[in-house]
Amino acid sequence: MANAVIRIENLRKKYGPITALDGISLEVERGQIFGLLGPNGAGKTTAVKIMTTLVRPDEGKVEVAGADVQTDPVRVRSLIGYVPQELTVDPYLTVQEHLRYYADLYHLPAPVRESRIREVLGLVGLAGQESRRAKYLSGGTKKKLDLACGLIHRPPLIFLDEPSLGLDVHVRRDVWSYILRLKEQGTTVFLCTNYMDEAEQLCDVVSIIDHGKIAVAGAPAALRSQLKKDVISIEIAGANEHRREALETLEKALCRLAIVQGTVKDGAQLKIYVESNEIALPQILQSSASLSIPIRTITYSRPGLDEVFLHYTGRASAEEREKDV
Amino acid sequence: MSEFVQETKAQLVRWMIHLRREPFNMAFNLLNPVILLIFMGGAFQGLARDSLRGDYRAYLLPGILALTAFGNSIAGGIPLLFDKENGFLVRLMSAPISRNSILVGRFLAININTMLQCLIMLGLGLIFGIRIAAGFGGVLALLIIGLLLGFGVTVISLILAFILHNHGDFFAIMGISALPLTFLSSAFVPIDSLPLWMRLVAWVNPMTYAIDAMRSLVLTGWDGSVLAQTAIALLVFDGAMFWFGGRILRRHLA
Repeated sequence: MANAVIRIENLRKKYGPITALDGISLEVERGQIFGLLGPNGAGKTTAVKIMTTLVRPDEGKVEVAGADVQTDPVRVRSLIGYVPQELTVDPYLTVQEHLRYYADLYHLPAPVRESRIREVLGLVGLAGQESRRAKYLSGGTKKKLDLACGLIHRPPLIFLDEPSLGLDVHVRRDVWSYILRLKEQGTTVFLCTNYMDEAEQLCDVVSIIDHGKIAVAGAPAALRSQLKKDVISIEIAGANEHRREALETLEKALCRLAIVQGTVKDGAQLKIYVESNEIALPQILQSSASLSIPIRTITYSRPGLDEVFLHYTGRASAEEREKDV
Repeated sequence: MSEFVQETKAQLVRWMIHLRREPFNMAFNLLNPVILLIFMGGAFQGLARDSLRGDYRAYLLPGILALTAFGNSIAGGIPLLFDKENGFLVRLMSAPISRNSILVGRFLAININTMLQCLIMLGLGLIFGIRIAAGFGGVLALLIIGLLLGFGVTVISLILAFILHNHGDFFAIMGISALPLTFLSSAFVPIDSLPLWMRLVAWVNPMTYAIDAMRSLVLTGWDGSVLAQTAIALLVFDGAMFWFGGRILRRHLA
């Protein structure tokens, strides 16, 4: 990819005996919203910390905005914005004081500063709140301030680590709209998330990371169609303690059916991957009836990114993995 | 260079806003010095009149100033530890700034705070009728000595902020350092009246040197040889701490 803003080759990182990243490679194209998806502890934050020069890689080559993170970290830092997962606002400072602080850290000249502050406040919808202290802001507003601080120097590339973690639904929507606006302005966005809807709404390309390895990568739509599967979700009726057992019995029985390509337990639900709903449904119902396991609900759908995610990181069988990875 | 000034100024401005908006933290450090000056000063006034042939509070004031400077400096790293704990520092490190600006900005803020607190204690001394024998220039000299003591201690505190993992440990170290070290100096009684083991600690305690010079300024006026001795001792202490701190902090901020 000639137009790559991020280029990672065979990146490895260990913390003591724990392997956080086990040889990942990826490329992010200019102007894209790129999503790194994975369960907690999969290595997302480690990857971002390496790209933002906060952690040194053990092995591999990492180029961000045309500079090497190991040999030229200062240049990388000046070309990126970084909004970490946890809130990093200072409770004693006002909104405006935060932005002035970051403006100075990114060496904006004084004449540009105030107009740039107005610009980012407008972008995240905080205009008019300049003189409020961060400690009196709601959680969602603090997050918006955090985002504004990461945008003050108009970075061509911004890293957002779980930007909507713990936010209200409407604030989440707001944050999504800022992210899309950034893309319109030509900013490349590197997004870490474990919300599938977020990735589906925003990302041009996603990589799913699990146990420090990239399990699969591609455009959300392509990943979905690659699965070539319908999904049948079953919920079992009955008392709680029996339900788990029954679910496992049913899962075992269904795995023996030729039409079933794989199963994944998702909470109280059992997801069954099949080639075609029409043929599979009667057989599944028959199995459950012969085992006298009562079914409460049964639904079927084309796979979403959710299914892609579960398929690659969930409890899919080892055989399944070998076939698909 | 101008970028470094801009970054450091931003750090300093942030800490000055904290100082303005949480004055209670500053009052907290003054608690011990104020209690000692008022109550211990009052309690020992009569007892000490005969043996010291003078005003005990005036005798005590230099020790109180040293405790003020030491206490504020040793606590000065705590906000950086909080920044480390809550992720603020990590974010700061992703900005294209010199790591030194974080240290220099905090260092300046701590010592400005130390100076203000010493001035408050001097003002309190004035209320109790203590007059500085060395005059107005002596006040300036007292502040400079307080700062020379504070510089080295500030570096220790910055080191603690980066090597400790939680602020509980930090508070514990603070609790067992400032007041005990004040007792292990010439702050409250002449050093010769201390038992031998305490005298030995007092002898290597930088507070003793700060207090000796401050005491001469408060009680007798300008004494070149004491001032020179103190200046050398404190500069050696500061130099050693800067050298040692530089080595450790460079590793922790890489």
